[in-house]
Amino acid sequence: MNLRRVYLSFQTLARTYLRNRVGLFFALVFPVILILLFGAIFSNSGPTTTALDVQNLDHQSPDSRNFTALLNQTGVLSLTFVSPGVGNLSAYLAGQGGTPGIVIPAGFQANLSRDQPVRVLVYTNPTDGSQSGIVEGAVQGAINGMNLEKAGGRPYVFLVGLNVGSTVYTYIDYLIPGLIGFSILTSPMFSVVNIASEYKKEKIFRQLSLTPLTRGEWLVSAILWFIVLTAISAFLMIGIGQGLFHAHVGFTLLLLPFLVIGPALFVSLGLLAGSSAKDPESAAVVGNLITFPMMFLAGTFFPVSEFPPWLAAVAHVLPLYYVIEGMNNALLYGNVVASLEDLLVVTVLTAIFFTAAIRAFRWREK
Amino acid sequence: MPTENVVEVRGLVKSYGPLRAVDGIDLTVRRGEVFSFLGPNGAGKTTTVEILEGLREPTEGSARVLGLDPRADSARLIRRTGVIPQDFRFFEKITPREAIAFYAGLFGHPKDPDVLLRQVGLEEKANDRFENLSGGQKQKLGLALALVNDPEVIFLDEPTTGLDPQARRAIWEVIRTLRARGTTVFLTTHYLEEAQVLSDRVAIIQHGRIIALGTPEEIIHRYGRPEVLQLEAPPALATLLRKSLALPVRVEGDQVEVEISRKEDVLTVLTAVQASGVPWQRVTTTRDTLEDVFIRLVGKMDEAGARAEAGTAPEGRDP
Repeated sequence: MNLRRVYLSFQTLARTYLRNRVGLFFALVFPVILILLFGAIFSNSGPTTTALDVQNLDHQSPDSRNFTALLNQTGVLSLTFVSPGVGNLSAYLAGQGGTPGIVIPAGFQANLSRDQPVRVLVYTNPTDGSQSGIVEGAVQGAINGMNLEKAGGRPYVFLVGLNVGSTVYTYIDYLIPGLIGFSILTSPMFSVVNIASEYKKEKIFRQLSLTPLTRGEWLVSAILWFIVLTAISAFLMIGIGQGLFHAHVGFTLLLLPFLVIGPALFVSLGLLAGSSAKDPESAAVVGNLITFPMMFLAGTFFPVSEFPPWLAAVAHVLPLYYVIEGMNNALLYGNVVASLEDLLVVTVLTAIFFTAAIRAFRWREK
Repeated sequence: MPTENVVEVRGLVKSYGPLRAVDGIDLTVRRGEVFSFLGPNGAGKTTTVEILEGLREPTEGSARVLGLDPRADSARLIRRTGVIPQDFRFFEKITPREAIAFYAGLFGHPKDPDVLLRQVGLEEKANDRFENLSGGQKQKLGLALALVNDPEVIFLDEPTTGLDPQARRAIWEVIRTLRARGTTVFLTTHYLEEAQVLSDRVAIIQHGRIIALGTPEEIIHRYGRPEVLQLEAPPALATLLRKSLALPVRVEGDQVEVEISRKEDVLTVLTAVQASGVPWQRVTTTRDTLEDVFIRLVGKMDEAGARAEAGTAPEGRDP
């Protein structure tokens, strides 16, 4: 391995790449577009609240207002007051698309003061189970508060709501490792597959075989170039995430091995796919067959934990899953041991694919 | 050592299934000469040259370049040889200057790209990307890259195919300069003129076999028709000349043709013509070019091949 030749090959590859707008777009611009798009769509989805229509038929009595205040304090509901003039709330809600609502009956305060039971009507949409659960739970909580107050008691046990992990993470924090993984996968796969078959067809590899540059040196120079691209992409993702969407994740030392070994894995895989294909057209097909399932199923945009079990099983055989899972463990959960386990899987896979690629990849015919 | 053999090929065979692309070739190329491998498309030129470059493995026989095995000693050989493959391609986005600097770096030969660019006549396109170069300019870059390591022998596989006459002559000029500097040149071509003007020796190859080998002069002399002296004169002259001369005489249209084998025959013929008293108009001499010889040799082989096929074909048919 001659480092000067590796550098020269790296320089030529970098020039080729930087002068090719399509390659540069997919490697650097496309992930930025994705983070801006997904960030904008999901940036308000942090601690969510459920909309609840409230029809107060008790003429804004102090007790009924006290009850709505308690509903507000649950923190999971955003209340909209509906005028008693709209009539039957059930019909009104159906017209709204089946949103949940409650009716505070007339005589709410009068009945309370006379120690008579009061019935609060709750309308929920049976097709949305989680929403119904939230509404019923919150209303029940407010009712319990009212009952406790009426009975002259006071609360002793309190609930403190926190998100999983040590910091309050939002969707963007989960998106960043996913999109870094997306770059680690796509920038080598979309171009190395093409390079491997195109250079074979155009006999550029054969041309290089007539120089002192070795196949190993060329492969290392390609891996180095995609490490640089991936590192730039990771900087952009974290920078944009923090700057525009108030992401909490930042650089940790444990991110680095994934930014180095990840590109090595997919450059090797791309070379293997590209050099085993007959021509550039079939190479593109093979490349896409490998890339697209991984792009969606390895936890890039959606957490694998939300997949049905059979799909999660599929995700577990995808190499990218361990790259993203490892970065999630490093960046989000601070789970060093789990992250190192993922890194071990990625390293073993890289060693296998690198060896296979260097064996399959010929730059001279027999 | 001017007689040292740079290339030595013995009984070389390359088969692709039943097809013998190279069918038992023997040849030697001496240091400092321009050796042309001349043949129609598909004759086996490229296969042979690629075996010499180490790009293909021979099925049988041996090939040595600079005393080395092109495949086993490839790493040592590539430092002493230069190669332009047929239809040279390179990284589309790289400029000639960058390409030369890249190659010079790989070979560890500190070379000024501008000197090489000037040598091949590409200095004006030094900073244009490869994808924007013309066919001739691409070949010139290939030539420059093949020269980066100051090779002792350079293999040029059809370097001028598809180029315009001007670009072709520019490449020829570079080849002449190389020869003057003592570089051995192994050239394949299907252009006869190119082989005739550039080469010290030529091998004509057809169906994987060498059918003629020597200097262009030797090949023309051995395989060409004899030189002919033509006179525009009435046929009566032919009758008279047949009586007075011991040389073959024939009539072609309004021409009387006499075959001559020695320079002195010209004087003998003209003296006899003068003595005959028959009026004549114009005198010319014609002799075969390498092209005439080539077409005749290659044509003969094809006819022989066709005859052989026609003769064997009925055996394969049902009666």
